[in-house]
Amino acid sequence: MSSNRSTQSGRSRRLRKMFVDRGIDLVLLVFSLLMLLPLVFLVSNGFKTPQEMLAWPPTIIPANPTIDNFAAVLQDTPLLRWIFNSILFAVLSTIAILATSSIAGYILAKFRYRSLNVIFALVLATAIVPFEVYMIPLYFQAQSLGILNSIWGLLLGYLVMSFGIFLIRQNVIHSIPDELLEAARIDGAGELWIFFRIVLPLLRGALGALGVLAFFQAWTAFAWPMIVATNREAYTIEVGLALFQTGFTVDLGRLSAASALVLIPSITLFVILRRNFVQGVASTGLKE
Amino acid sequence: MLRRKRWLFAILAILPTLALFAWLRMFPIYETLRLSLHKWDILSKNKPFIGLANFQELMSDRLFHEALLNTSIIAFGVLIITIPTAMVLAALIHYRTRSRVSGFYETAIFLPHVVSLVPAAMAWKWIFDARLGPLNAVLTFLGFEPQAWLFDPTLSVISVIVLCSWQALGYAVLIYLVGFKSLPVSLFEAAKLDGASGPQSFWFLSMPMLKPITLYVSVVTLVSGFNVYAQAFVLASDAQGAPGRQVRVLVLDMLENSFRNYRVGYAASEAVVLLLIVLVLTLIQFSLLRERGRA
Repeated sequence: MSSNRSTQSGRSRRLRKMFVDRGIDLVLLVFSLLMLLPLVFLVSNGFKTPQEMLAWPPTIIPANPTIDNFAAVLQDTPLLRWIFNSILFAVLSTIAILATSSIAGYILAKFRYRSLNVIFALVLATAIVPFEVYMIPLYFQAQSLGILNSIWGLLLGYLVMSFGIFLIRQNVIHSIPDELLEAARIDGAGELWIFFRIVLPLLRGALGALGVLAFFQAWTAFAWPMIVATNREAYTIEVGLALFQTGFTVDLGRLSAASALVLIPSITLFVILRRNFVQGVASTGLKE
Repeated sequence: MLRRKRWLFAILAILPTLALFAWLRMFPIYETLRLSLHKWDILSKNKPFIGLANFQELMSDRLFHEALLNTSIIAFGVLIITIPTAMVLAALIHYRTRSRVSGFYETAIFLPHVVSLVPAAMAWKWIFDARLGPLNAVLTFLGFEPQAWLFDPTLSVISVIVLCSWQALGYAVLIYLVGFKSLPVSLFEAAKLDGASGPQSFWFLSMPMLKPITLYVSVVTLVSGFNVYAQAFVLASDAQGAPGRQVRVLVLDMLENSFRNYRVGYAASEAVVLLLIVLVLTLIQFSLLRERGRA
Protein backbone atom coordinates (compact mmCIF):
# COMPACT_ATOMS: atom_id res chain seq x y z
CA MET A 1 0.00 0.00 0.00
CA SER A 2 2.55 2.45 1.14
CA SER A 3 4.85 1.65 -1.79
CA ASN A 4 1.86 2.16 -4.03
CA ARG A 5 1.29 5.61 -2.57
CA SER A 6 4.93 6.58 -2.91
CA THR A 7 5.04 5.65 -6.62
CA GLN A 8 1.88 7.65 -7.04
CA SER A 9 3.38 10.71 -5.42
CA GLY A 10 6.56 10.07 -7.43
CA ARG A 11 4.49 10.08 -10.59
CA SER A 12 2.69 13.28 -9.65
CA ARG A 13 6.01 14.88 -8.84
CA ARG A 14 7.39 13.86 -12.20
CA LEU A 15 4.25 15.15 -13.86
CA ARG A 16 4.63 18.46 -12.08
CA LYS A 17 8.29 18.72 -13.08
CA MET A 18 7.30 18.11 -16.68
CA PHE A 19 4.72 20.91 -16.55
CA VAL A 20 7.25 23.28 -15.00
CA ASP A 21 9.84 22.38 -17.64
CA ARG A 22 7.38 22.93 -20.48
CA GLY A 23 6.28 26.22 -18.92
CA ILE A 24 9.84 27.46 -18.67
CA ASP A 25 10.53 26.35 -22.21
CA LEU A 26 7.51 28.30 -23.38
CA VAL A 27 8.63 31.48 -21.60
CA LEU A 28 12.15 31.19 -22.98
CA LEU A 29 10.94 30.40 -26.47
CA VAL A 30 8.59 33.40 -26.58
CA PHE A 31 11.31 35.65 -25.20
CA SER A 32 13.92 34.39 -27.68
CA LEU A 33 11.56 34.93 -30.59
CA LEU A 34 10.73 38.44 -29.38
CA MET A 35 14.45 39.24 -29.23
CA LEU A 36 14.89 38.04 -32.80
CA LEU A 37 11.74 39.63 -34.17
CA PRO A 38 13.20 43.09 -34.95
CA LEU A 39 15.99 41.50 -36.98
CA VAL A 40 13.61 39.14 -38.78
CA PHE A 41 11.35 42.04 -39.73
CA LEU A 42 14.30 44.08 -40.90
CA VAL A 43 15.44 41.39 -43.32
CA SER A 44 11.91 40.73 -44.51
CA ASN A 45 11.20 44.45 -45.00
CA GLY A 46 14.17 44.57 -47.34
CA PHE A 47 12.33 42.25 -49.73
CA LYS A 48 8.99 44.09 -49.64
CA THR A 49 7.38 46.33 -52.21
CA PRO A 50 6.46 49.84 -51.00
CA GLN A 51 2.77 48.82 -50.89
CA GLU A 52 3.39 45.78 -48.77
CA MET A 53 5.55 47.84 -46.43
CA LEU A 54 2.40 49.73 -45.36
CA ALA A 55 0.31 46.62 -44.87
CA TRP A 56 -1.06 45.80 -41.46
CA PRO A 57 -0.34 43.40 -39.84
CA PRO A 58 3.22 43.34 -41.17
CA THR A 59 4.02 40.13 -43.02
CA ILE A 60 7.05 38.09 -42.02
CA ILE A 61 7.38 36.38 -45.36
CA PRO A 62 6.78 38.95 -48.11
CA ALA A 63 3.89 38.08 -50.44
CA ASN A 64 5.69 39.35 -53.57
CA PRO A 65 9.37 39.32 -52.68
CA THR A 66 11.37 41.77 -54.75
CA ILE A 67 15.04 42.61 -54.95
CA ASP A 68 14.36 46.12 -56.25
CA ASN A 69 15.37 47.60 -52.89
CA PHE A 70 18.74 45.86 -52.99
CA ALA A 71 19.37 46.94 -56.57
CA ALA A 72 18.41 50.53 -55.73
CA VAL A 73 20.62 50.66 -52.68
CA LEU A 74 23.61 49.28 -54.53
CA GLN A 75 23.09 51.93 -57.15
CA ASP A 76 22.58 54.81 -54.73
CA THR A 77 25.48 54.11 -52.41
CA PRO A 78 28.96 52.62 -52.56
CA LEU A 79 27.67 49.97 -50.16
CA LEU A 80 30.08 47.28 -51.33
CA ARG A 81 32.94 49.71 -50.89
CA TRP A 82 31.79 50.41 -47.31
CA ILE A 83 31.54 46.70 -46.57
CA PHE A 84 35.02 46.23 -48.01
CA ASN A 85 36.36 49.07 -45.82
CA SER A 86 34.77 47.54 -42.74
CA ILE A 87 36.15 44.07 -43.45
CA LEU A 88 39.64 45.37 -44.14
CA PHE A 89 39.56 47.53 -41.03
CA ALA A 90 38.30 44.67 -38.86
CA VAL A 91 40.78 42.13 -40.23
CA LEU A 92 43.81 44.41 -39.84
CA SER A 93 42.72 45.47 -36.38
CA THR A 94 42.30 41.83 -35.37
CA ILE A 95 45.78 40.95 -36.63
CA ALA A 96 47.33 43.89 -34.78
CA ILE A 97 45.52 43.11 -31.54
CA LEU A 98 46.40 39.41 -31.71
CA ALA A 99 50.07 40.20 -32.33
CA THR A 100 50.45 42.81 -29.62
CA SER A 101 48.34 40.93 -27.06
CA SER A 102 50.03 37.56 -27.50
CA ILE A 103 53.59 38.79 -27.15
CA ALA A 104 52.86 41.28 -24.36
CA GLY A 105 50.58 38.88 -22.50
CA TYR A 106 53.22 36.15 -22.63
CA ILE A 107 56.03 38.43 -21.44
CA LEU A 108 53.93 39.86 -18.62
CA ALA A 109 52.95 36.36 -17.48
CA LYS A 110 56.29 34.58 -17.57
CA PHE A 111 59.04 37.16 -17.05
CA ARG A 112 58.98 38.50 -13.53
CA TYR A 113 60.77 41.83 -13.30
CA ARG A 114 59.64 44.80 -11.31
CA SER A 115 59.66 47.07 -14.38
CA LEU A 116 57.19 44.74 -16.08
CA ASN A 117 54.79 44.95 -13.15
CA VAL A 118 54.69 48.71 -13.60
CA ILE A 119 53.92 48.24 -17.28
CA PHE A 120 51.12 45.82 -16.48
CA ALA A 121 49.61 48.24 -13.98
CA LEU A 122 49.67 50.99 -16.63
CA VAL A 123 47.96 48.73 -19.18
CA LEU A 124 45.26 47.84 -16.66
CA ALA A 125 44.76 51.48 -15.74
CA THR A 126 44.16 52.53 -19.35
CA ALA A 127 41.62 49.71 -19.66
CA ILE A 128 39.28 51.55 -17.31
CA VAL A 129 39.26 54.71 -19.42
CA PRO A 130 36.56 54.58 -22.12
CA PHE A 131 37.67 55.21 -25.69
CA GLU A 132 35.27 58.15 -25.95
CA VAL A 133 37.28 60.03 -23.31
CA TYR A 134 40.46 60.34 -25.36
CA MET A 135 39.27 60.02 -28.94
CA ILE A 136 39.42 63.74 -29.63
CA PRO A 137 43.18 64.08 -28.93
CA LEU A 138 43.67 60.83 -30.83
CA TYR A 139 41.85 62.43 -33.76
CA PHE A 140 44.37 65.27 -33.82
CA GLN A 141 47.20 62.73 -33.80
CA ALA A 142 45.67 61.07 -36.85
CA GLN A 143 45.25 64.48 -38.45
CA SER A 144 48.89 65.46 -37.94
CA LEU A 145 49.93 62.15 -39.50
CA GLY A 146 47.73 62.97 -42.49
CA ILE A 147 45.85 59.67 -42.29
CA LEU A 148 42.28 60.92 -41.83
CA ASN A 149 39.88 59.33 -44.31
CA SER A 150 42.06 56.27 -44.71
CA ILE A 151 42.15 52.75 -43.40
CA TRP A 152 45.27 53.70 -41.39
CA GLY A 153 43.38 56.45 -39.65
CA LEU A 154 40.66 54.00 -38.67
CA LEU A 155 43.26 51.51 -37.47
CA LEU A 156 45.04 54.04 -35.27
CA GLY A 157 42.35 53.71 -32.62
CA TYR A 158 42.20 49.92 -32.80
CA LEU A 159 45.78 48.62 -32.78
CA VAL A 160 45.92 47.58 -29.14
CA MET A 161 43.43 46.26 -26.61
CA SER A 162 44.16 46.26 -22.87
CA PHE A 163 41.72 43.45 -22.30
CA GLY A 164 43.48 41.32 -24.92
CA ILE A 165 46.79 41.56 -23.05
CA PHE A 166 45.01 40.72 -19.83
CA LEU A 167 43.23 37.71 -21.36
CA ILE A 168 46.40 36.23 -22.85
CA ARG A 169 48.33 36.83 -19.64
CA GLN A 170 45.70 34.91 -17.64
CA ASN A 171 45.75 32.09 -20.16
CA VAL A 172 49.52 31.77 -20.15
CA ILE A 173 49.58 31.70 -16.35
CA HIS A 174 46.91 28.99 -16.18
CA SER A 175 47.82 26.79 -19.11
CA ILE A 176 51.59 26.96 -19.68
CA PRO A 177 53.73 25.53 -16.88
CA ASP A 178 57.13 27.11 -16.18
CA GLU A 179 58.75 23.66 -16.32
CA LEU A 180 57.85 23.31 -19.99
CA LEU A 181 59.64 26.54 -20.87
CA GLU A 182 62.61 25.72 -18.65
CA ALA A 183 62.98 22.31 -20.27
CA ALA A 184 63.07 23.93 -23.70
CA ARG A 185 65.70 26.42 -22.50
CA ILE A 186 67.87 23.63 -21.13
CA ASP A 187 67.63 21.92 -24.52
CA GLY A 188 69.08 25.11 -25.96
CA ALA A 189 65.95 26.63 -27.51
CA GLY A 190 66.05 30.38 -28.11
CA GLU A 191 63.43 32.68 -26.62
CA LEU A 192 61.86 33.46 -29.99
CA TRP A 193 61.69 29.78 -30.88
CA ILE A 194 59.97 29.08 -27.57
CA PHE A 195 57.41 31.82 -28.18
CA PHE A 196 56.54 30.77 -31.72
CA ARG A 197 56.81 26.99 -31.38
CA ILE A 198 55.60 26.32 -27.84
CA VAL A 199 53.63 29.28 -26.50
CA LEU A 200 51.60 30.31 -29.55
CA PRO A 201 50.31 26.81 -30.38
CA LEU A 202 49.20 26.35 -26.78
CA LEU A 203 47.31 29.65 -26.91
CA ARG A 204 45.26 28.74 -29.97
CA GLY A 205 41.94 28.64 -28.09
CA ALA A 206 42.46 31.94 -26.29
CA LEU A 207 43.69 33.64 -29.46
CA GLY A 208 40.63 32.38 -31.33
CA ALA A 209 38.31 33.87 -28.73
CA LEU A 210 40.24 37.15 -28.64
CA GLY A 211 40.34 37.31 -32.44
CA VAL A 212 36.58 37.02 -32.77
CA LEU A 213 36.12 39.62 -30.05
CA ALA A 214 38.53 42.02 -31.75
CA PHE A 215 36.92 41.50 -35.15
CA PHE A 216 33.41 42.28 -33.91
CA GLN A 217 34.69 45.24 -31.90
CA ALA A 218 36.07 46.86 -35.05
CA TRP A 219 33.17 45.73 -37.23
CA THR A 220 30.67 47.50 -34.95
CA ALA A 221 32.83 50.54 -34.12
CA PHE A 222 30.92 53.76 -34.57
CA ALA A 223 32.12 56.96 -32.88
CA TRP A 224 35.75 56.71 -34.03
CA PRO A 225 35.04 55.89 -37.71
CA MET A 226 32.41 58.62 -37.61
CA ILE A 227 34.96 61.35 -36.84
CA VAL A 228 37.89 59.91 -38.80
CA ALA A 229 36.07 59.13 -42.04
CA THR A 230 34.35 62.19 -43.45
CA ASN A 231 34.75 61.24 -47.07
CA ARG A 232 32.03 59.05 -48.60
CA GLU A 233 34.57 56.64 -50.05
CA ALA A 234 36.26 56.12 -46.68
CA TYR A 235 33.12 55.33 -44.62
CA THR A 236 32.80 52.04 -42.85
CA ILE A 237 29.47 50.30 -43.25
CA GLU A 238 28.19 51.54 -39.89
CA VAL A 239 28.96 55.18 -40.66
CA GLY A 240 27.77 54.88 -44.24
CA LEU A 241 24.40 53.47 -43.21
CA ALA A 242 23.95 55.93 -40.35
CA LEU A 243 24.47 58.88 -42.67
CA PHE A 244 22.61 57.32 -45.61
CA GLN A 245 19.47 57.02 -43.49
CA THR A 246 19.42 60.76 -42.84
CA GLY A 247 18.87 61.44 -46.55
CA PHE A 248 15.50 62.90 -47.53
CA THR A 249 14.81 60.64 -50.47
CA VAL A 250 15.51 57.41 -48.66
CA ASP A 251 12.61 55.06 -48.04
CA LEU A 252 12.29 52.35 -45.47
CA GLY A 253 12.47 49.52 -47.99
CA ARG A 254 15.89 50.56 -49.24
CA LEU A 255 17.14 51.20 -45.72
CA SER A 256 16.04 47.74 -44.66
CA ALA A 257 17.64 46.19 -47.72
CA ALA A 258 20.94 47.90 -46.98
CA SER A 259 20.75 46.85 -43.34
CA ALA A 260 19.91 43.27 -44.28
CA LEU A 261 22.93 43.16 -46.59
CA VAL A 262 25.10 44.03 -43.60
CA LEU A 263 23.31 41.84 -41.07
CA ILE A 264 23.23 38.59 -42.98
CA PRO A 265 27.01 38.14 -43.25
CA SER A 266 27.64 39.20 -39.66
CA ILE A 267 24.94 36.91 -38.29
CA THR A 268 26.31 34.02 -40.36
CA LEU A 269 29.81 34.71 -39.11
CA PHE A 270 28.55 34.86 -35.55
CA VAL A 271 26.69 31.58 -35.76
CA ILE A 272 29.80 29.88 -37.19
CA LEU A 273 32.12 31.36 -34.55
CA ARG A 274 29.62 31.22 -31.69
CA ARG A 275 31.75 28.97 -29.48
CA ASN A 276 34.84 31.20 -29.76
CA PHE A 277 32.80 34.29 -29.25
CA VAL A 278 30.92 33.10 -26.20
CA GLN A 279 34.18 31.94 -24.67
CA GLY A 280 35.78 35.33 -25.30
CA VAL A 281 32.91 37.38 -23.95
CA ALA A 282 32.44 35.09 -20.98
CA SER A 283 36.07 35.56 -20.06
CA THR A 284 35.53 39.33 -19.85
CA GLY A 285 33.43 38.60 -16.79
CA LEU A 286 36.19 36.74 -15.01
CA LYS A 287 38.39 39.71 -14.38
CA GLU A 288 38.47 39.27 -10.63
CA MET B 1 74.81 36.54 -18.28
CA LEU B 2 71.88 34.25 -19.20
CA ARG B 3 69.61 36.17 -16.87
CA ARG B 4 70.63 39.41 -18.47
CA LYS B 5 69.90 38.02 -21.91
CA ARG B 6 66.43 36.95 -20.86
CA TRP B 7 65.75 40.37 -19.42
CA LEU B 8 66.86 41.97 -22.68
CA PHE B 9 64.56 39.68 -24.65
CA ALA B 10 61.60 40.53 -22.44
CA ILE B 11 62.17 44.27 -22.78
CA LEU B 12 62.75 44.15 -26.53
CA ALA B 13 59.70 41.96 -27.10
CA ILE B 14 57.35 44.14 -25.10
CA LEU B 15 58.74 47.43 -26.35
CA PRO B 16 56.66 47.74 -29.58
CA THR B 17 53.39 47.07 -27.73
CA LEU B 18 54.40 49.39 -24.94
CA ALA B 19 55.27 52.11 -27.44
CA LEU B 20 51.86 51.72 -29.10
CA PHE B 21 50.20 51.94 -25.71
CA ALA B 22 52.10 55.05 -24.76
CA TRP B 23 51.38 56.67 -28.12
CA LEU B 24 47.73 55.65 -28.64
CA ARG B 25 46.39 55.40 -25.10
CA MET B 26 48.44 57.12 -22.42
CA PHE B 27 49.39 60.22 -24.41
CA PRO B 28 45.83 60.96 -25.61
CA ILE B 29 44.50 60.44 -22.09
CA TYR B 30 47.09 62.88 -20.79
CA GLU B 31 46.18 65.29 -23.61
CA THR B 32 42.50 65.14 -22.64
CA LEU B 33 43.39 66.08 -19.08
CA ARG B 34 45.73 68.85 -20.24
CA LEU B 35 43.37 70.32 -22.86
CA SER B 36 40.54 70.47 -20.34
CA LEU B 37 42.50 73.19 -18.52
CA HIS B 38 43.17 75.17 -21.69
CA LYS B 39 41.15 77.28 -24.03
CA TRP B 40 41.72 75.95 -27.50
CA ASP B 41 39.54 76.76 -30.46
CA ILE B 42 40.90 74.79 -33.41
CA LEU B 43 41.25 77.93 -35.51
CA SER B 44 43.39 79.89 -33.07
CA LYS B 45 47.10 79.22 -32.79
CA ASN B 46 47.69 79.72 -29.07
CA LYS B 47 46.10 77.70 -26.29
CA PRO B 48 46.09 79.80 -23.13
CA PHE B 49 45.92 78.03 -19.79
CA ILE B 50 42.63 78.95 -18.13
CA GLY B 51 42.55 76.70 -15.07
CA LEU B 52 39.13 75.33 -14.24
CA ALA B 53 37.23 77.90 -16.30
CA ASN B 54 35.98 75.22 -18.70
CA PHE B 55 34.48 73.28 -15.83
CA GLN B 56 32.94 76.42 -14.38
CA GLU B 57 31.29 77.07 -17.71
CA LEU B 58 30.00 73.48 -17.84
CA MET B 59 28.19 74.08 -14.55
CA SER B 60 25.94 76.64 -16.20
CA ASP B 61 25.78 75.13 -19.68
CA ARG B 62 22.15 74.25 -20.37
CA LEU B 63 22.96 71.86 -23.22
CA PHE B 64 25.54 70.03 -21.10
CA HIS B 65 23.02 69.67 -18.27
CA GLU B 66 20.50 68.24 -20.70
CA ALA B 67 23.13 65.81 -22.04
CA LEU B 68 24.22 64.73 -18.57
CA LEU B 69 20.64 64.21 -17.44
CA ASN B 70 19.64 62.25 -20.56
CA THR B 71 22.75 60.10 -20.40
CA SER B 72 22.24 59.30 -16.72
CA ILE B 73 18.58 58.43 -17.27
CA ILE B 74 19.56 56.17 -20.17
CA ALA B 75 22.37 54.48 -18.24
CA PHE B 76 20.26 53.79 -15.14
CA GLY B 77 17.20 52.93 -17.21
CA VAL B 78 19.13 50.26 -19.09
CA LEU B 79 20.52 49.00 -15.79
CA ILE B 80 17.08 48.68 -14.17
CA ILE B 81 15.65 46.81 -17.15
CA THR B 82 18.65 44.65 -17.95
CA ILE B 83 19.91 43.28 -14.64
CA PRO B 84 16.74 41.68 -13.21
CA THR B 85 15.65 40.39 -16.63
CA ALA B 86 19.08 38.93 -17.33
CA MET B 87 19.24 37.26 -13.95
CA VAL B 88 15.87 35.55 -14.32
CA LEU B 89 16.54 34.54 -17.93
CA ALA B 90 19.94 33.12 -17.03
CA ALA B 91 18.39 31.17 -14.14
CA LEU B 92 15.76 29.71 -16.46
CA ILE B 93 18.28 28.87 -19.20
CA HIS B 94 20.58 27.34 -16.61
CA TYR B 95 17.68 25.25 -15.31
CA ARG B 96 16.99 24.00 -18.84
CA THR B 97 20.66 23.69 -19.69
CA ARG B 98 20.40 20.01 -20.56
CA SER B 99 17.52 20.52 -22.97
CA ARG B 100 18.35 20.45 -26.67
CA VAL B 101 17.06 23.96 -27.32
CA SER B 102 19.10 25.77 -24.66
CA GLY B 103 21.71 26.65 -27.29
CA PHE B 104 18.99 28.33 -29.31
CA TYR B 105 17.87 30.44 -26.34
CA GLU B 106 21.42 31.57 -25.69
CA THR B 107 22.06 32.43 -29.33
CA ALA B 108 18.77 34.26 -29.80
CA ILE B 109 19.21 36.40 -26.72
CA PHE B 110 22.88 37.05 -27.42
CA LEU B 111 22.53 37.89 -31.11
CA PRO B 112 21.37 41.51 -30.64
CA HIS B 113 24.57 42.15 -28.70
CA VAL B 114 26.81 41.32 -31.65
CA VAL B 115 24.96 42.44 -34.77
CA SER B 116 26.04 45.73 -36.25
CA LEU B 117 24.64 48.60 -34.29
CA VAL B 118 23.28 50.78 -37.04
CA PRO B 119 21.25 48.15 -38.92
CA ALA B 120 19.80 46.94 -35.62
CA ALA B 121 18.89 50.50 -34.68
CA MET B 122 17.24 50.81 -38.08
CA ALA B 123 14.93 47.92 -37.23
CA TRP B 124 13.85 49.69 -34.06
CA LYS B 125 13.42 52.94 -35.88
CA TRP B 126 10.80 51.22 -38.00
CA ILE B 127 9.16 49.68 -34.93
CA PHE B 128 8.94 53.07 -33.24
CA ASP B 129 7.90 54.93 -36.39
CA ALA B 130 4.82 57.02 -35.64
CA ARG B 131 2.97 56.33 -38.90
CA LEU B 132 4.28 53.00 -40.16
CA GLY B 133 5.54 51.38 -37.01
CA PRO B 134 4.06 48.19 -35.61
CA LEU B 135 4.31 49.50 -32.06
CA ASN B 136 1.72 52.21 -32.65
CA ALA B 137 -0.39 49.77 -34.62
CA VAL B 138 -0.43 47.42 -31.65
CA LEU B 139 -1.24 50.30 -29.30
CA THR B 140 -4.13 51.39 -31.51
CA PHE B 141 -5.36 47.82 -31.69
CA LEU B 142 -5.37 47.62 -27.89
CA GLY B 143 -7.30 50.87 -27.70
CA PHE B 144 -4.46 53.21 -26.70
CA GLU B 145 -3.46 56.47 -28.31
CA PRO B 146 -0.63 56.17 -30.86
CA GLN B 147 2.49 58.04 -29.69
CA ALA B 148 5.17 60.07 -31.42
CA TRP B 149 7.89 57.81 -30.01
CA LEU B 150 10.90 59.39 -31.65
CA PHE B 151 9.71 62.96 -31.42
CA ASP B 152 8.40 63.42 -27.90
CA PRO B 153 11.20 64.47 -25.50
CA THR B 154 10.40 61.80 -22.89
CA LEU B 155 9.40 59.02 -25.25
CA SER B 156 12.51 59.41 -27.41
CA VAL B 157 14.68 58.83 -24.34
CA ILE B 158 12.58 55.77 -23.50
CA SER B 159 13.05 54.52 -27.06
CA VAL B 160 16.82 54.79 -26.69
CA ILE B 161 16.61 52.89 -23.38
CA VAL B 162 14.61 50.10 -25.01
CA LEU B 163 17.09 49.78 -27.88
CA CYS B 164 20.11 49.81 -25.55
CA SER B 165 18.54 47.25 -23.20
CA TRP B 166 17.74 44.96 -26.12
CA GLN B 167 21.44 45.06 -27.00
CA ALA B 168 22.85 44.88 -23.47
CA LEU B 169 20.70 41.97 -22.32
CA GLY B 170 22.62 39.23 -24.15
CA TYR B 171 25.92 40.16 -22.57
CA ALA B 172 24.45 40.22 -19.06
CA VAL B 173 22.73 36.85 -19.56
CA LEU B 174 25.97 35.32 -20.79
CA ILE B 175 27.96 36.54 -17.79
CA TYR B 176 25.22 35.36 -15.40
CA LEU B 177 25.24 31.94 -17.07
CA VAL B 178 28.95 31.67 -16.35
CA GLY B 179 28.12 32.62 -12.76
CA PHE B 180 25.34 30.04 -12.42
CA LYS B 181 27.63 27.33 -13.74
CA SER B 182 30.21 28.14 -11.07
CA LEU B 183 27.77 27.80 -8.15
CA PRO B 184 28.26 24.61 -6.06
CA VAL B 185 25.68 22.00 -7.10
CA SER B 186 25.75 20.28 -3.69
CA LEU B 187 24.34 23.36 -1.98
CA PHE B 188 21.29 23.37 -4.23
CA GLU B 189 20.78 19.66 -3.71
CA ALA B 190 20.88 20.17 0.06
CA ALA B 191 18.35 22.99 -0.24
CA LYS B 192 16.11 20.76 -2.33
CA LEU B 193 16.26 17.99 0.27
CA ASP B 194 15.23 20.55 2.89
CA GLY B 195 12.19 21.28 0.77
CA ALA B 196 13.21 24.55 -0.89
CA SER B 197 11.33 25.30 -4.10
CA GLY B 198 13.06 26.49 -7.27
CA PRO B 199 12.13 30.16 -6.80
CA GLN B 200 13.17 29.91 -3.14
CA SER B 201 16.65 28.67 -3.91
CA PHE B 202 16.92 31.32 -6.63
CA TRP B 203 16.00 34.07 -4.18
CA PHE B 204 17.85 32.87 -1.07
CA LEU B 205 20.85 31.06 -2.60
CA SER B 206 21.64 32.12 -6.17
CA MET B 207 20.98 35.81 -5.80
CA PRO B 208 23.19 36.41 -2.75
CA MET B 209 25.94 34.20 -4.13
CA LEU B 210 25.92 35.95 -7.48
CA LYS B 211 26.32 39.39 -5.92
CA PRO B 212 29.87 39.93 -7.23
CA ILE B 213 28.65 39.11 -10.74
CA THR B 214 25.68 41.42 -10.36
CA LEU B 215 28.05 44.14 -9.26
CA TYR B 216 30.36 43.55 -12.22
CA VAL B 217 27.58 43.41 -14.83
CA SER B 218 25.95 46.51 -13.32
CA VAL B 219 29.12 48.55 -13.59
CA VAL B 220 29.81 47.38 -17.15
CA THR B 221 26.22 48.18 -18.14
CA LEU B 222 26.35 51.61 -16.50
CA VAL B 223 29.70 52.49 -18.06
CA SER B 224 28.58 51.53 -21.54
CA GLY B 225 25.34 53.38 -20.87
CA PHE B 226 27.24 56.56 -20.11
CA ASN B 227 29.11 56.15 -23.41
CA VAL B 228 25.91 55.81 -25.44
CA TYR B 229 26.11 57.59 -28.79
CA ALA B 230 25.35 55.55 -31.90
CA GLN B 231 21.92 54.44 -30.66
CA ALA B 232 20.84 57.99 -29.94
CA PHE B 233 22.34 59.22 -33.20
CA VAL B 234 20.50 56.72 -35.39
CA LEU B 235 17.15 56.61 -33.59
CA ALA B 236 16.77 60.31 -33.35
CA SER B 237 18.29 61.69 -36.50
CA ASP B 238 15.98 62.87 -39.27
CA ALA B 239 14.92 60.32 -41.78
CA GLN B 240 12.58 60.27 -44.74
CA GLY B 241 11.92 63.96 -44.28
CA ALA B 242 10.40 63.34 -40.86
CA PRO B 243 12.31 65.29 -38.26
CA GLY B 244 13.41 63.22 -35.31
CA ARG B 245 14.19 64.81 -32.03
CA GLN B 246 17.85 64.76 -31.18
CA VAL B 247 18.40 62.97 -27.87
CA ARG B 248 21.35 64.91 -26.55
CA VAL B 249 23.83 62.57 -24.85
CA LEU B 250 27.29 63.32 -23.42
CA VAL B 251 29.37 61.94 -26.29
CA LEU B 252 27.22 63.75 -28.83
CA ASP B 253 27.50 67.05 -26.96
CA MET B 254 31.25 66.54 -26.70
CA LEU B 255 31.70 65.86 -30.40
CA GLU B 256 29.49 68.80 -31.28
CA ASN B 257 31.52 71.17 -29.12
CA SER B 258 34.72 69.88 -30.61
CA PHE B 259 33.91 69.58 -34.30
CA ARG B 260 30.99 71.91 -34.85
CA ASN B 261 31.79 74.69 -32.40
CA TYR B 262 35.56 74.17 -32.62
CA ARG B 263 35.93 74.32 -28.84
CA VAL B 264 38.33 71.45 -28.24
CA GLY B 265 39.42 72.46 -24.73
CA TYR B 266 35.80 72.74 -23.65
CA ALA B 267 34.99 69.33 -25.17
CA ALA B 268 37.98 67.86 -23.34
CA SER B 269 36.56 69.09 -20.04
CA GLU B 270 33.36 67.19 -20.85
CA ALA B 271 35.47 64.11 -21.52
CA VAL B 272 37.05 64.55 -18.10
CA VAL B 273 33.59 64.61 -16.51
CA LEU B 274 32.79 61.36 -18.33
CA LEU B 275 36.06 59.90 -17.07
CA LEU B 276 35.27 60.93 -13.50
CA ILE B 277 31.86 59.26 -13.68
CA VAL B 278 33.44 56.03 -14.92
CA LEU B 279 36.17 56.17 -12.27
CA VAL B 280 33.65 56.67 -9.48
CA LEU B 281 31.58 53.71 -10.70
CA THR B 282 34.67 51.51 -10.90
CA LEU B 283 35.83 52.56 -7.43
CA ILE B 284 32.40 51.78 -5.99
CA GLN B 285 32.61 48.34 -7.56
CA PHE B 286 36.05 47.63 -6.13
CA SER B 287 35.26 48.92 -2.65
CA LEU B 288 32.02 46.88 -2.48
CA LEU B 289 33.93 43.79 -3.58
CA ARG B 290 36.61 44.34 -0.97
CA GLU B 291 34.00 44.88 1.74
CA ARG B 292 32.50 41.54 0.78
CA GLY B 293 35.87 39.88 0.90
CA ARG B 294 36.37 41.07 4.47
CA ALA B 295 32.92 40.08 5.71
